[in-house]
Amino acid sequence: MTLSTSSNFAKPDDAFRAIVEAHRGLSDAQSADLDAALVLVLANHIGDIAVLYEAIALAKRRMLDASQQQQQQQQQQ
Amino acid sequence: MVQTKTQFGYRRHPDQNRAGADVAEHPVVVVGAGPVGLSLAIDLAQRGQSVVLLDDADRIGEGSRAICFSKRSLEFWDRLGVGQRMVDKGVVWSVGKIFHGASQLYQFNLLPEEGHKRPAFINLQQFYAEAYLVDRVQELSGIDLRWRNKVIGLEQRNDHVLLTVETPDGPYRLHAGFVVACDGARSSLRQMVGAEFAGQVFEDQFLIADVKMTAAFPTERWFWFDPPFHAGRSALLHKQPDDIWRIDLQLHPDADPVVEKRPENVRPRIARMLGHDKFDFEWISLYKFQCRRMDKFLHGRVIFAGDAAHQVSPFGARGANSGLEDAENIAWKLDRVLRGSSPEALLESYHTERSAAADENIRESTRSTDFMAPVSQQEARLRKAVLSLAKETEFGKRMVNGGRLSVPSTYDTPLSTADRDAWRGGPRPGASMPDAPIAAASGQSMFLTEAFVGKGAQFTLLEFGNGAAIDAPEGVETIRIGGGDGLADTRGLAGTRYDAEPGTTYLLRPDGYVAARFRHPTRPALDAALARAAGLNRGLS
Repeated sequence: MTLSTSSNFAKPDDAFRAIVEAHRGLSDAQSADLDAALVLVLANHIGDIAVLYEAIALAKRRMLDASQQQQQQQQQQ
Repeated sequence: MVQTKTQFGYRRHPDQNRAGADVAEHPVVVVGAGPVGLSLAIDLAQRGQSVVLLDDADRIGEGSRAICFSKRSLEFWDRLGVGQRMVDKGVVWSVGKIFHGASQLYQFNLLPEEGHKRPAFINLQQFYAEAYLVDRVQELSGIDLRWRNKVIGLEQRNDHVLLTVETPDGPYRLHAGFVVACDGARSSLRQMVGAEFAGQVFEDQFLIADVKMTAAFPTERWFWFDPPFHAGRSALLHKQPDDIWRIDLQLHPDADPVVEKRPENVRPRIARMLGHDKFDFEWISLYKFQCRRMDKFLHGRVIFAGDAAHQVSPFGARGANSGLEDAENIAWKLDRVLRGSSPEALLESYHTERSAAADENIRESTRSTDFMAPVSQQEARLRKAVLSLAKETEFGKRMVNGGRLSVPSTYDTPLSTADRDAWRGGPRPGASMPDAPIAAASGQSMFLTEAFVGKGAQFTLLEFGNGAAIDAPEGVETIRIGGGDGLADTRGLAGTRYDAEPGTTYLLRPDGYVAARFRHPTRPALDAALARAAGLNRGLS
């Protein structure tokens, strides 16, 4: 199996909202704890190590892009 | 505190009387009389080799050190004639429990099925294991064990190694066909061949205390994360023979070793753990550890085994056990090379198989260590999530890593012949032979591993009968189940564990690993598999 990046929720806003609401009222530390548990629960549900590696790679690529953009902006200033 | 358990005498050897270029020649010299060197020497001697075994000390060790010996190690020791003595003295266990805080998270059984001669593990102080091995060495005429013989020089020649050995009577030289260095984590032979020993250093410190007390704890491995008696760290409790208990406490990375090691500082910690202070100390040791290995286990005619070649963290009992697996792996290969029945290239497979096993052991024990001592805030957060999820989910329990205990590696090796038939189970080529209960011709129950030992731990066909016996290649023994010679699979477990049908045949290596398997073997196929397993094929690397 490969990582699905097509839109899988009938109502994507509901999914996003559910995660946002789960974090409402939490401190950053509590939010980080919640995310850690949530990642593990979801990873186990997926249960496919190849998909997990792909998901990690996709998520990490966002971070790399963001840090590159930041560097570029700093250079322009 | 108990220190020296057994003292041996230095004795001058006639080899030391030779002068100048007149140097005694020996086919194989093993350096280091710890569990690995002793076991290797015994295996070689039982295969008919004469072995010189050198050790720089003259006594058996201080403290219990390694205590967990695996099923695989016991099966090896059965072949060496010492397994029963180890088991009789040792504490048998197979259940581990993991606690978080004050409550139990889960328990596991490392050998949940019946029908194995040996348990998952025994706990036995290393000094007992070494003493029993030395007793066995002394029964064998083929081993020349020389105490207080310290190798101080090593020169590699085309066809031999020239060793310089320091003794109380001064130095002498030895000419060795092969040298096996089993001289431990601080191996001086490793330095003499100029090999790197790189790896990961862990900052956390651990305190080992062996305490003597009578206690009613069950004979199980208990592991705590964040216990009430040792907040924020981990702890381990294990039973040894003679009412000795091994306690392992994780300390803060910045703890002062000198202060931490003082009995008056250790005592209150352990009293909190046990709920009383009616115990005496046998041994206290503080350590940090490293996970590392040599790039190559073969350096010319010098072969490295055990801690000299690879070091792991202690969580998982992968140190001594993997060293013993090294010994059983190299013994039969070296024997064949020394006899001239296999080319020297066969020894390369020792590096291939055992360096991959070392990588696996390092990976597993590093993961355990990282779980016990998270290196970043986020790692600590993930661990906290796992521990809390473990309370209510099965997947969380299985992610909790309080040490993954030693199991034999499965080798991807050029000695294996790839499966061509269809298999639903059973050990694949490169896996070690599973044990099973069988019945002898007399009707008496026995085990498959005993039948293998009975055949001399040689290349052996394990054949599930199907009419006439198959024609075994020369020098290959046969264990035939359900045929005319009387071994019977009375409980059907051998058949199940080997996915057997009538005619199914496994070719076992002299170390009890599967080299090849066939549904309907033919003599040419067996010959080819045997040649491959003995390193007789061209292109072996």
